[in-house]
Amino acid sequence: MNFLKDRGLKKYTVIANDQIAPGVYLLKYNRDFSFVPGQVVAIALHSSDNPRMYSIASGMQDEHIRILYDVRPKGELTPPLSQAKPGDTIFASGPSGNFFGTAGPSTWIASGTGIAPFISMWRSGLRKDKILIHGGRFLHSFYFENEFKNELGDNFVRCCSQEKAEGIYHGRLTKWLLEQENLPPDRKYYLCGSAEMVVDTRDILIEKNIPYENILAEIYF
Amino acid sequence: MSRDLLFGKTLTELRSIVNDLGLPGFTAAQIADWLYKKDISSIDEMSNLSKNARIILNAHFDFGLTPSSKVQESIDGTKKYLFPAGKHKFIEAAYIPDETRKTLCVSSQVGCKMGCLFCMTGKQGFQANLSAGEIVNQVRSLPEKDDLTNVVYMGMGEPFDNLDEVLKSLEIFTSDWGYGWSPKRITVSTIGIIPAMKRFLDESQCHLAVSLHSPFEEERKKLMPVENVYSLPEVIQTIKNFDFGRQRRISFEYIMFKGINDSPRHVKELAKILNGIRCRINLIRFHPIPNTPLKSSDEKTMEEFMVALNAKGIRTTIRASRGEDIYAACGLLSTKELVKRNGGDF
Repeated sequence: MNFLKDRGLKKYTVIANDQIAPGVYLLKYNRDFSFVPGQVVAIALHSSDNPRMYSIASGMQDEHIRILYDVRPKGELTPPLSQAKPGDTIFASGPSGNFFGTAGPSTWIASGTGIAPFISMWRSGLRKDKILIHGGRFLHSFYFENEFKNELGDNFVRCCSQEKAEGIYHGRLTKWLLEQENLPPDRKYYLCGSAEMVVDTRDILIEKNIPYENILAEIYF
Repeated sequence: MSRDLLFGKTLTELRSIVNDLGLPGFTAAQIADWLYKKDISSIDEMSNLSKNARIILNAHFDFGLTPSSKVQESIDGTKKYLFPAGKHKFIEAAYIPDETRKTLCVSSQVGCKMGCLFCMTGKQGFQANLSAGEIVNQVRSLPEKDDLTNVVYMGMGEPFDNLDEVLKSLEIFTSDWGYGWSPKRITVSTIGIIPAMKRFLDESQCHLAVSLHSPFEEERKKLMPVENVYSLPEVIQTIKNFDFGRQRRISFEYIMFKGINDSPRHVKELAKILNGIRCRINLIRFHPIPNTPLKSSDEKTMEEFMVALNAKGIRTTIRASRGEDIYAACGLLSTKELVKRNGGDF
Protein backbone atom coordinates (compact mmCIF):
# COMPACT_ATOMS: atom_id res chain seq x y z
CA MET A 1 0.00 0.00 0.00
CA ASN A 2 1.13 3.53 -0.63
CA PHE A 3 1.45 4.93 2.84
CA LEU A 4 2.45 8.39 1.65
CA LYS A 5 -0.38 8.69 -0.82
CA ASP A 6 -2.84 7.72 1.86
CA ARG A 7 -1.54 10.48 4.09
CA GLY A 8 -1.78 12.94 1.22
CA LEU A 9 1.94 13.74 1.26
CA LYS A 10 3.36 16.22 -1.19
CA LYS A 11 6.84 17.40 -2.08
CA TYR A 12 8.02 20.59 -0.43
CA THR A 13 11.27 22.51 -0.66
CA VAL A 14 13.32 23.18 2.43
CA ILE A 15 13.81 26.91 2.98
CA ALA A 16 15.93 26.58 6.13
CA ASN A 17 16.88 23.94 8.65
CA ASP A 18 18.66 25.69 11.48
CA GLN A 19 20.02 24.21 14.67
CA ILE A 20 18.57 26.52 17.34
CA ALA A 21 19.93 24.60 20.33
CA PRO A 22 22.14 21.53 20.67
CA GLY A 23 20.33 18.73 18.86
CA VAL A 24 17.23 20.85 18.23
CA TYR A 25 16.32 22.14 14.78
CA LEU A 26 13.77 24.48 13.24
CA LEU A 27 12.82 23.29 9.77
CA LYS A 28 11.18 25.80 7.46
CA TYR A 29 9.51 24.95 4.16
CA ASN A 30 7.24 26.61 1.65
CA ARG A 31 3.58 26.81 2.52
CA ASP A 32 0.57 26.26 0.26
CA PHE A 33 -2.24 25.64 2.74
CA SER A 34 -3.98 27.25 5.66
CA PHE A 35 -4.13 25.65 9.08
CA VAL A 36 -5.45 26.13 12.57
CA PRO A 37 -2.90 26.62 15.37
CA GLY A 38 -2.37 23.33 17.17
CA GLN A 39 -2.62 21.21 14.04
CA VAL A 40 0.04 18.73 12.97
CA VAL A 41 1.62 17.66 9.70
CA ALA A 42 3.22 14.36 8.77
CA ILE A 43 6.83 14.63 7.59
CA ALA A 44 9.01 12.15 5.69
CA LEU A 45 12.29 12.46 3.85
CA HIS A 46 11.71 9.81 1.20
CA SER A 47 8.63 8.46 -0.50
CA SER A 48 9.23 5.01 0.97
CA ASP A 49 9.50 6.21 4.58
CA ASN A 50 6.80 6.11 7.21
CA PRO A 51 6.08 9.74 8.03
CA ARG A 52 6.16 11.18 11.55
CA MET A 53 3.74 13.72 12.94
CA TYR A 54 4.90 17.15 14.09
CA SER A 55 3.04 20.18 15.38
CA ILE A 56 3.21 23.25 13.20
CA ALA A 57 5.28 25.94 14.93
CA SER A 58 4.22 28.83 12.66
CA GLY A 59 1.58 31.46 13.08
CA MET A 60 -1.42 31.44 10.77
CA GLN A 61 -0.09 34.51 8.96
CA ASP A 62 3.50 33.32 8.64
CA GLU A 63 4.86 32.81 5.18
CA HIS A 64 6.43 29.42 5.85
CA ILE A 65 5.64 26.26 7.75
CA ARG A 66 8.02 25.76 10.65
CA ILE A 67 8.64 22.44 12.38
CA LEU A 68 10.52 22.21 15.66
CA TYR A 69 12.20 18.86 16.22
CA ASP A 70 14.92 17.31 18.28
CA VAL A 71 17.24 14.70 16.87
CA ARG A 72 16.63 11.23 18.23
CA PRO A 73 19.96 9.48 17.70
CA LYS A 74 18.31 6.12 16.96
CA GLY A 75 15.40 7.64 15.06
CA GLU A 76 14.75 6.85 11.42
CA LEU A 77 13.79 10.38 10.44
CA THR A 78 15.41 13.04 12.55
CA PRO A 79 19.15 12.20 12.10
CA PRO A 80 18.96 12.45 8.29
CA LEU A 81 16.41 15.28 8.48
CA SER A 82 18.89 17.32 10.48
CA GLN A 83 21.24 17.12 7.49
CA ALA A 84 18.66 18.60 5.08
CA LYS A 85 19.83 21.77 3.35
CA PRO A 86 17.91 24.66 1.79
CA GLY A 87 16.67 23.52 -1.61
CA ASP A 88 16.34 19.86 -0.57
CA THR A 89 13.03 18.07 -0.92
CA ILE A 90 10.94 16.74 1.93
CA PHE A 91 7.50 15.13 1.90
CA ALA A 92 4.75 16.57 4.08
CA SER A 93 1.02 16.21 4.54
CA GLY A 94 -1.52 18.93 4.85
CA PRO A 95 -2.61 19.92 8.35
CA SER A 96 -4.70 17.64 10.51
CA GLY A 97 -5.74 17.22 14.12
CA ASN A 98 -7.82 19.31 16.45
CA PHE A 99 -5.69 20.38 19.40
CA PHE A 100 -7.15 23.82 19.02
CA GLY A 101 -6.48 26.74 21.30
CA THR A 102 -9.11 29.02 22.70
CA ALA A 103 -9.43 32.76 23.09
CA GLY A 104 -10.51 32.17 26.69
CA PRO A 105 -8.30 31.88 29.77
CA SER A 106 -5.78 29.10 29.22
CA THR A 107 -2.69 27.66 30.81
CA TRP A 108 -0.27 26.14 28.33
CA ILE A 109 2.07 23.51 29.74
CA ALA A 110 4.86 22.19 27.53
CA SER A 111 8.05 20.22 27.90
CA GLY A 112 10.88 20.53 25.40
CA THR A 113 9.74 20.74 21.79
CA GLY A 114 6.16 20.43 23.06
CA ILE A 115 6.20 24.22 22.91
CA ALA A 116 5.47 24.03 19.15
CA PRO A 117 1.65 24.21 19.20
CA PHE A 118 1.78 27.06 21.69
CA ILE A 119 4.14 29.21 19.65
CA SER A 120 1.71 28.62 16.78
CA MET A 121 -1.23 29.78 18.90
CA TRP A 122 0.78 32.73 20.24
CA ARG A 123 1.91 33.92 16.83
CA SER A 124 -1.66 33.52 15.56
CA GLY A 125 -2.97 36.01 18.08
CA LEU A 126 -4.13 33.86 20.99
CA ARG A 127 -2.43 36.03 23.61
CA LYS A 128 -5.06 37.27 26.05
CA ASP A 129 -5.13 35.70 29.51
CA LYS A 130 -2.55 33.05 28.78
CA ILE A 131 -0.09 31.43 31.17
CA LEU A 132 2.81 29.44 29.75
CA ILE A 133 4.74 26.89 31.78
CA HIS A 134 7.67 25.47 29.84
CA GLY A 135 9.90 22.72 31.14
CA GLY A 136 13.36 21.96 29.79
CA ARG A 137 16.51 20.25 30.91
CA PHE A 138 18.88 23.09 30.02
CA LEU A 139 18.76 26.87 29.81
CA HIS A 140 18.90 26.62 26.05
CA SER A 141 15.76 24.46 26.04
CA PHE A 142 13.36 27.41 26.20
CA TYR A 143 12.86 27.75 22.49
CA PHE A 144 11.13 30.99 21.40
CA GLU A 145 11.46 32.43 24.92
CA ASN A 146 12.21 35.86 23.51
CA GLU A 147 8.84 35.89 21.79
CA PHE A 148 6.98 35.06 24.99
CA LYS A 149 8.75 36.70 27.89
CA ASN A 150 8.18 40.42 27.37
CA GLU A 151 4.46 40.17 26.92
CA LEU A 152 3.73 37.31 29.31
CA GLY A 153 5.98 38.56 32.12
CA ASP A 154 5.27 36.58 35.28
CA ASN A 155 2.85 34.42 33.36
CA PHE A 156 5.79 32.81 31.60
CA VAL A 157 7.30 30.20 33.90
CA ARG A 158 10.45 28.44 32.76
CA CYS A 159 11.34 25.29 34.71
CA CYS A 160 14.86 24.03 34.18
CA SER A 161 15.80 20.68 35.70
CA GLN A 162 19.56 20.59 35.03
CA GLU A 163 20.81 24.18 35.23
CA LYS A 164 20.18 27.25 37.41
CA ALA A 165 19.66 30.86 36.45
CA GLU A 166 17.98 33.91 37.92
CA GLY A 167 14.32 34.15 37.08
CA ILE A 168 14.11 30.52 36.11
CA TYR A 169 12.61 27.89 38.39
CA HIS A 170 15.08 25.13 39.17
CA GLY A 171 13.34 21.79 38.84
CA ARG A 172 10.86 19.97 36.67
CA LEU A 173 7.62 21.64 35.73
CA THR A 174 5.75 18.91 37.61
CA LYS A 175 7.57 20.00 40.79
CA TRP A 176 6.59 23.61 40.15
CA LEU A 177 2.96 22.56 39.66
CA LEU A 178 2.99 20.54 42.88
CA GLU A 179 4.09 23.64 44.77
CA GLN A 180 1.21 25.76 43.51
CA GLU A 181 -1.56 26.31 46.06
CA ASN A 182 -4.36 27.74 44.03
CA LEU A 183 -4.47 26.67 40.44
CA PRO A 184 -7.67 28.12 39.03
CA PRO A 185 -10.05 25.29 38.12
CA ASP A 186 -12.03 27.22 35.55
CA ARG A 187 -9.23 27.73 33.00
CA LYS A 188 -8.42 25.35 30.18
CA TYR A 189 -5.16 23.50 30.67
CA TYR A 190 -3.36 22.48 27.50
CA LEU A 191 -0.55 19.93 27.79
CA CYS A 192 1.98 19.01 25.13
CA GLY A 193 5.01 16.82 25.63
CA SER A 194 6.15 13.27 26.20
CA ALA A 195 3.73 10.63 27.45
CA GLU A 196 5.40 10.72 30.88
CA MET A 197 5.05 14.48 31.15
CA VAL A 198 1.43 14.44 30.01
CA VAL A 199 0.26 11.71 32.39
CA ASP A 200 2.21 13.06 35.37
CA THR A 201 1.02 16.61 34.79
CA ARG A 202 -2.56 15.52 34.27
CA ASP A 203 -2.47 13.55 37.54
CA ILE A 204 -1.17 16.60 39.41
CA LEU A 205 -3.80 18.88 37.93
CA ILE A 206 -6.57 16.44 38.83
CA GLU A 207 -5.16 16.16 42.36
CA LYS A 208 -5.34 19.93 42.56
CA ASN A 209 -9.02 19.85 41.72
CA ILE A 210 -8.81 20.83 38.08
CA PRO A 211 -11.78 19.12 36.41
CA TYR A 212 -10.49 16.61 33.89
CA GLU A 213 -12.85 18.17 31.35
CA ASN A 214 -10.65 21.28 31.43
CA ILE A 215 -7.48 19.35 30.59
CA LEU A 216 -6.56 18.79 26.96
CA ALA A 217 -3.44 16.91 25.97
CA GLU A 218 -1.36 16.50 22.85
CA ILE A 219 1.01 13.56 22.85
CA TYR A 220 4.15 12.75 20.89
CA PHE A 221 4.17 9.47 19.08
CA MET B 1 26.63 -6.17 23.33
CA SER B 2 23.57 -8.41 22.99
CA ARG B 3 23.52 -10.90 20.14
CA ASP B 4 20.77 -11.07 17.59
CA LEU B 5 17.99 -13.57 18.21
CA LEU B 6 16.60 -16.12 15.78
CA PHE B 7 13.21 -16.44 17.46
CA GLY B 8 10.89 -13.82 15.99
CA LYS B 9 12.45 -13.79 12.51
CA THR B 10 10.08 -14.15 9.59
CA LEU B 11 10.81 -16.59 6.79
CA THR B 12 11.92 -13.68 4.60
CA GLU B 13 14.37 -12.58 7.27
CA LEU B 14 15.62 -16.14 7.74
CA ARG B 15 16.25 -16.43 4.00
CA SER B 16 18.31 -13.29 4.13
CA ILE B 17 20.24 -14.60 7.14
CA VAL B 18 21.10 -17.97 5.60
CA ASN B 19 22.11 -16.23 2.39
CA ASP B 20 24.41 -13.86 4.28
CA LEU B 21 25.91 -16.78 6.22
CA GLY B 22 26.52 -18.81 3.06
CA LEU B 23 24.15 -21.60 4.09
CA PRO B 24 21.92 -23.49 1.64
CA GLY B 25 18.67 -21.67 0.84
CA PHE B 26 16.46 -24.50 2.09
CA THR B 27 17.94 -24.03 5.58
CA ALA B 28 15.66 -21.03 6.14
CA ALA B 29 12.49 -23.12 6.02
CA GLN B 30 14.11 -25.75 8.23
CA ILE B 31 14.98 -23.12 10.83
CA ALA B 32 11.44 -21.68 10.71
CA ASP B 33 10.09 -25.16 11.27
CA TRP B 34 12.26 -25.61 14.36
CA LEU B 35 11.50 -22.15 15.71
CA TYR B 36 7.73 -22.20 15.39
CA LYS B 37 6.54 -25.79 15.09
CA LYS B 38 8.75 -27.71 17.48
CA ASP B 39 9.32 -27.45 21.18
CA ILE B 40 13.04 -26.82 21.29
CA SER B 41 15.02 -24.03 22.90
CA SER B 42 18.50 -24.16 21.37
CA ILE B 43 20.11 -24.09 17.95
CA ASP B 44 21.94 -27.32 18.78
CA GLU B 45 18.59 -29.13 18.84
CA MET B 46 17.94 -28.32 15.16
CA SER B 47 18.99 -31.84 14.28
CA ASN B 48 18.29 -31.79 10.53
CA LEU B 49 20.70 -28.91 10.03
CA SER B 50 24.27 -29.81 9.27
CA LYS B 51 26.70 -29.56 12.16
CA ASN B 52 28.49 -26.80 10.29
CA ALA B 53 25.25 -24.84 9.88
CA ARG B 54 24.56 -25.08 13.60
CA ILE B 55 28.10 -23.91 14.42
CA ILE B 56 27.71 -20.93 12.11
CA LEU B 57 24.27 -20.05 13.50
CA ASN B 58 25.52 -20.36 17.08
CA ALA B 59 28.38 -18.03 16.26
CA HIS B 60 25.97 -15.29 15.24
CA PHE B 61 22.68 -15.85 17.03
CA ASP B 62 21.02 -16.85 20.25
CA PHE B 63 17.83 -18.89 20.04
CA GLY B 64 15.86 -16.11 21.70
CA LEU B 65 13.27 -17.51 24.10
CA THR B 66 12.62 -15.67 27.37
CA PRO B 67 10.74 -17.52 30.10
CA SER B 68 8.37 -15.60 32.34
CA SER B 69 9.95 -14.46 35.58
CA LYS B 70 6.78 -14.37 37.67
CA VAL B 71 3.18 -15.52 37.54
CA GLN B 72 0.21 -14.44 39.63
CA GLU B 73 -3.09 -16.33 39.66
CA SER B 74 -6.48 -14.77 40.23
CA ILE B 75 -9.28 -16.38 42.15
CA ASP B 76 -11.14 -16.60 38.83
CA GLY B 77 -8.32 -18.59 37.17
CA THR B 78 -6.81 -15.72 35.21
CA LYS B 79 -3.02 -15.71 35.29
CA LYS B 80 -0.75 -12.74 34.83
CA TYR B 81 2.72 -13.52 33.51
CA LEU B 82 5.64 -11.14 33.85
CA PHE B 83 8.31 -11.22 31.14
CA PRO B 84 11.64 -9.37 31.11
CA ALA B 85 11.94 -7.22 27.98
CA GLY B 86 15.47 -5.87 28.01
CA LYS B 87 17.46 -4.20 30.75
CA HIS B 88 15.22 -2.99 33.59
CA LYS B 89 12.14 -3.42 31.45
CA PHE B 90 9.19 -5.75 31.89
CA ILE B 91 5.89 -6.56 30.28
CA GLU B 92 2.81 -8.45 31.34
CA ALA B 93 0.61 -10.94 29.53
CA ALA B 94 -2.76 -12.10 30.86
CA TYR B 95 -3.97 -15.67 30.31
CA ILE B 96 -7.76 -15.77 30.57
CA PRO B 97 -9.34 -19.21 30.52
CA ASP B 98 -13.06 -19.83 30.43
CA GLU B 99 -15.13 -22.86 29.55
CA THR B 100 -14.74 -22.70 25.81
CA ARG B 101 -11.97 -20.18 25.15
CA LYS B 102 -8.45 -19.83 26.44
CA THR B 103 -7.29 -16.35 25.55
CA LEU B 104 -3.91 -14.73 25.94
CA CYS B 105 -3.78 -10.95 26.09
CA VAL B 106 -0.33 -9.95 24.82
CA SER B 107 1.63 -6.71 25.11
CA SER B 108 3.20 -4.91 22.16
CA GLN B 109 5.19 -2.20 23.98
CA VAL B 110 6.81 -1.59 27.35
CA GLY B 111 4.54 1.19 28.59
CA CYS B 112 2.52 3.29 26.19
CA LYS B 113 2.68 6.77 24.64
CA MET B 114 -1.03 7.32 24.26
CA GLY B 115 -1.80 8.71 27.72
CA CYS B 116 -5.44 7.62 27.95
CA LEU B 117 -6.99 8.97 31.14
CA PHE B 118 -8.39 5.63 32.25
CA CYS B 119 -5.41 3.35 31.63
CA MET B 120 -2.78 2.21 34.10
CA THR B 121 -0.26 1.32 31.40
CA GLY B 122 -0.38 4.90 30.14
CA LYS B 123 0.64 6.13 33.58
CA GLN B 124 4.06 4.54 33.23
CA GLY B 125 4.84 6.42 30.03
CA PHE B 126 6.71 4.72 27.23
CA GLN B 127 9.90 2.72 27.61
CA ALA B 128 10.33 0.57 24.49
CA ASN B 129 8.78 -1.17 21.53
CA LEU B 130 8.74 -4.94 21.68
CA SER B 131 10.30 -6.93 18.86
CA ALA B 132 8.22 -9.49 16.99
CA GLY B 133 10.15 -12.15 18.89
CA GLU B 134 9.25 -10.61 22.24
CA ILE B 135 5.59 -10.50 21.21
CA VAL B 136 5.50 -14.10 19.96
CA ASN B 137 7.55 -15.22 22.98
CA GLN B 138 4.61 -14.36 25.24
CA VAL B 139 2.74 -17.20 23.54
CA ARG B 140 5.67 -19.54 23.03
CA SER B 141 6.85 -19.32 26.65
CA LEU B 142 3.38 -19.67 28.13
CA PRO B 143 2.94 -22.96 30.01
CA GLU B 144 -0.63 -23.14 28.67
CA LYS B 145 0.38 -22.43 25.06
CA ASP B 146 -1.03 -25.66 23.68
CA ASP B 147 -4.46 -24.87 25.13
CA LEU B 148 -4.74 -21.37 23.65
CA THR B 149 -7.69 -20.70 21.39
CA ASN B 150 -7.27 -16.94 20.93
CA VAL B 151 -4.71 -14.19 21.17
CA VAL B 152 -5.70 -10.56 21.65
CA TYR B 153 -3.29 -7.63 21.33
CA MET B 154 -4.85 -5.74 24.22
CA GLY B 155 -2.05 -5.83 26.77
CA MET B 156 0.48 -3.09 27.41
CA GLY B 157 1.04 -0.61 24.59
CA GLU B 158 -0.65 0.56 21.42
CA PRO B 159 -0.05 -2.12 18.76
CA PHE B 160 -0.33 0.33 15.88
CA ASP B 161 2.43 2.48 17.38
CA ASN B 162 4.70 -0.52 16.82
CA LEU B 163 3.16 -1.73 13.60
CA ASP B 164 6.15 -3.27 11.80
CA GLU B 165 6.90 -5.63 14.68
CA VAL B 166 3.22 -6.37 15.28
CA LEU B 167 2.73 -7.27 11.61
CA LYS B 168 5.77 -9.52 11.71
CA SER B 169 4.42 -11.26 14.80
CA LEU B 170 1.06 -11.76 13.07
CA GLU B 171 2.86 -13.21 10.07
CA ILE B 172 4.62 -15.68 12.35
CA PHE B 173 1.35 -16.67 14.04
CA THR B 174 -0.65 -17.09 10.83
CA SER B 175 1.79 -18.33 8.15
CA ASP B 176 2.05 -21.95 7.12
CA TRP B 177 5.76 -21.82 7.91
CA GLY B 178 4.95 -20.35 11.34
CA TYR B 179 2.28 -21.40 13.80
CA GLY B 180 -0.27 -21.78 11.03
CA TRP B 181 -3.11 -20.32 13.04
CA SER B 182 -6.24 -18.94 11.45
CA PRO B 183 -6.16 -15.12 11.57
CA LYS B 184 -9.68 -15.38 13.01
CA ARG B 185 -8.09 -16.47 16.29
CA ILE B 186 -6.34 -13.14 16.65
CA THR B 187 -7.70 -9.68 17.45
CA VAL B 188 -5.58 -6.54 17.39
CA SER B 189 -6.85 -3.56 19.33
CA THR B 190 -6.12 0.07 18.56
CA ILE B 191 -7.15 3.49 19.72
CA GLY B 192 -7.34 4.51 16.08
CA ILE B 193 -3.98 5.46 14.56
CA ILE B 194 -5.38 5.74 11.07
CA PRO B 195 -2.38 5.24 8.75
CA ALA B 196 -1.29 2.18 10.68
CA MET B 197 -4.86 0.90 10.87
CA LYS B 198 -5.16 1.11 7.07
CA ARG B 199 -1.91 -0.78 6.63
CA PHE B 200 -3.00 -3.44 9.12
CA LEU B 201 -6.31 -3.89 7.32
CA ASP B 202 -4.51 -4.28 3.99
CA GLU B 203 -1.68 -6.53 5.13
CA SER B 204 -3.36 -8.77 7.70
CA GLN B 205 -6.55 -10.82 7.93
CA CYS B 206 -6.81 -10.64 11.72
CA HIS B 207 -9.76 -9.11 13.52
CA LEU B 208 -9.73 -5.46 14.52
CA ALA B 209 -10.96 -3.90 17.75
CA VAL B 210 -11.17 -0.14 18.13
CA SER B 211 -11.24 1.61 21.50
CA LEU B 212 -14.17 3.98 21.22
CA HIS B 213 -15.29 5.03 24.72
CA SER B 214 -17.37 7.93 23.49
CA PRO B 215 -19.17 8.71 20.24
CA PHE B 216 -18.61 12.42 20.78
CA GLU B 217 -15.30 13.95 19.71
CA GLU B 218 -15.16 16.54 22.46
CA GLU B 219 -15.75 13.92 25.15
CA ARG B 220 -13.37 11.41 23.61
CA LYS B 221 -10.67 14.06 23.38
CA LYS B 222 -10.72 14.46 27.16
CA LEU B 223 -10.41 10.72 27.69
CA MET B 224 -7.98 9.95 24.88
CA PRO B 225 -5.42 12.49 23.65
CA VAL B 226 -5.12 10.65 20.33
CA GLU B 227 -8.45 12.21 19.38
CA ASN B 228 -6.52 15.45 18.89
CA VAL B 229 -4.58 13.82 16.06
CA TYR B 230 -6.89 11.20 14.56
CA SER B 231 -10.50 12.18 15.06
CA LEU B 232 -13.29 9.68 15.55
CA PRO B 233 -15.17 10.62 12.34
CA GLU B 234 -11.98 9.91 10.36
CA VAL B 235 -11.50 6.60 12.16
CA ILE B 236 -15.10 5.57 11.49
CA GLN B 237 -14.91 6.66 7.86
CA THR B 238 -11.72 4.64 7.38
CA ILE B 239 -13.51 1.58 8.71
CA LYS B 240 -16.57 2.21 6.54
CA ASN B 241 -14.33 2.46 3.48
CA PHE B 242 -12.87 -1.00 4.07
CA ASP B 243 -14.56 -4.20 2.98
CA PHE B 244 -14.38 -6.54 5.95
CA GLY B 245 -16.10 -9.39 4.11
CA ARG B 246 -18.08 -11.99 5.99
CA GLN B 247 -15.31 -13.53 8.04
CA ARG B 248 -13.35 -10.64 9.38
CA ARG B 249 -14.70 -8.96 12.50
CA ILE B 250 -14.65 -5.37 13.61
CA SER B 251 -15.53 -4.65 17.19
CA PHE B 252 -15.60 -1.54 19.33
CA GLU B 253 -14.43 -1.45 22.93
CA TYR B 254 -16.44 0.81 25.17
CA ILE B 255 -15.43 1.31 28.79
CA MET B 256 -18.42 2.64 30.69
CA PHE B 257 -17.84 5.67 32.91
CA LYS B 258 -20.54 6.75 35.31
CA GLY B 259 -22.26 9.94 34.25
CA ILE B 260 -19.87 10.47 31.34
CA ASN B 261 -20.59 8.13 28.47
CA ASP B 262 -23.50 5.98 29.67
CA SER B 263 -26.62 7.97 28.77
CA PRO B 264 -29.39 7.41 26.19
CA ARG B 265 -27.80 10.29 24.25
CA HIS B 266 -24.70 8.14 23.86
CA VAL B 267 -26.74 5.14 22.70
CA LYS B 268 -28.40 7.28 20.06
CA GLU B 269 -25.13 8.73 18.82
CA LEU B 270 -23.40 5.34 18.77
CA ALA B 271 -26.18 3.96 16.63
CA LYS B 272 -25.83 6.95 14.34
CA ILE B 273 -22.06 6.85 13.81
CA LEU B 274 -21.86 3.04 13.52
CA ASN B 275 -24.74 2.82 11.08
CA GLY B 276 -23.66 0.74 8.10
CA ILE B 277 -20.84 -1.09 9.89
CA ARG B 278 -21.40 -4.75 10.67
CA CYS B 279 -19.84 -4.74 14.09
CA ARG B 280 -20.20 -5.56 17.73
CA ILE B 281 -19.67 -3.46 20.82
CA ASN B 282 -18.01 -4.82 23.94
CA LEU B 283 -19.04 -2.90 27.02
CA ILE B 284 -16.32 -2.99 29.65
CA ARG B 285 -16.47 -2.18 33.33
CA PHE B 286 -14.04 0.52 34.34
CA HIS B 287 -11.46 -0.71 36.83
CA PRO B 288 -10.43 2.30 38.90
CA ILE B 289 -6.79 3.33 38.84
CA PRO B 290 -4.99 5.74 41.21
CA ASN B 291 -5.80 9.45 40.93
CA THR B 292 -8.62 8.95 38.51
CA PRO B 293 -11.68 11.16 38.50
CA LEU B 294 -13.59 8.44 36.66
CA LYS B 295 -16.02 5.91 38.12
CA SER B 296 -17.52 2.82 36.58
CA SER B 297 -21.15 2.81 35.53
CA ASP B 298 -23.28 0.56 37.71
CA GLU B 299 -24.52 -2.85 36.60
CA LYS B 300 -28.07 -1.68 35.94
CA THR B 301 -26.92 1.17 33.73
CA MET B 302 -24.64 -1.16 31.79
CA GLU B 303 -27.43 -3.69 31.29
CA GLU B 304 -29.79 -0.98 30.08
CA PHE B 305 -27.13 0.44 27.79
CA MET B 306 -26.55 -3.00 26.30
CA VAL B 307 -30.26 -3.64 25.81
CA ALA B 308 -30.73 -0.24 24.16
CA LEU B 309 -27.86 -0.81 21.72
CA ASN B 310 -29.07 -4.30 20.87
CA ALA B 311 -32.53 -2.84 20.25
CA LYS B 312 -30.93 -0.52 17.72
CA GLY B 313 -29.45 -3.49 15.91
CA ILE B 314 -25.90 -3.29 17.24
CA ARG B 315 -24.79 -6.57 18.69
CA THR B 316 -23.59 -5.61 22.17
CA THR B 317 -22.23 -7.64 25.04
CA ILE B 318 -20.85 -6.86 28.48
CA ARG B 319 -17.35 -8.24 28.85
CA ALA B 320 -16.80 -10.17 32.05
CA SER B 321 -14.14 -8.65 34.27
CA ARG B 322 -11.33 -11.12 34.77
CA GLY B 323 -8.28 -11.02 36.98
CA GLU B 324 -9.12 -7.78 38.75
CA ASP B 325 -7.64 -9.02 42.05
CA ILE B 326 -4.20 -9.45 40.42
CA TYR B 327 -4.43 -6.26 38.36
CA ALA B 328 -4.74 -8.25 35.16
CA ALA B 329 -8.09 -6.80 34.11
CA CYS B 330 -8.61 -4.38 31.26
CA GLY B 331 -6.60 -1.20 31.70
CA LEU B 332 -4.71 -2.37 34.78
CA LEU B 333 -1.50 -3.81 33.34
CA SER B 334 1.56 -1.85 34.45
CA THR B 335 5.19 -2.52 35.25
CA LYS B 336 5.99 1.04 36.33
CA GLU B 337 6.90 0.25 39.92
CA LEU B 338 8.97 -2.74 38.87
CA VAL B 339 10.90 -0.71 36.32
CA LYS B 340 11.48 2.00 38.93
CA ARG B 341 12.68 -0.50 41.56
CA ASN B 342 15.12 -1.99 39.10
CA GLY B 343 16.63 1.36 38.28
CA GLY B 344 14.97 1.90 34.95
CA ASP B 345 14.78 5.28 33.32
CA PHE B 346 11.92 7.36 34.68
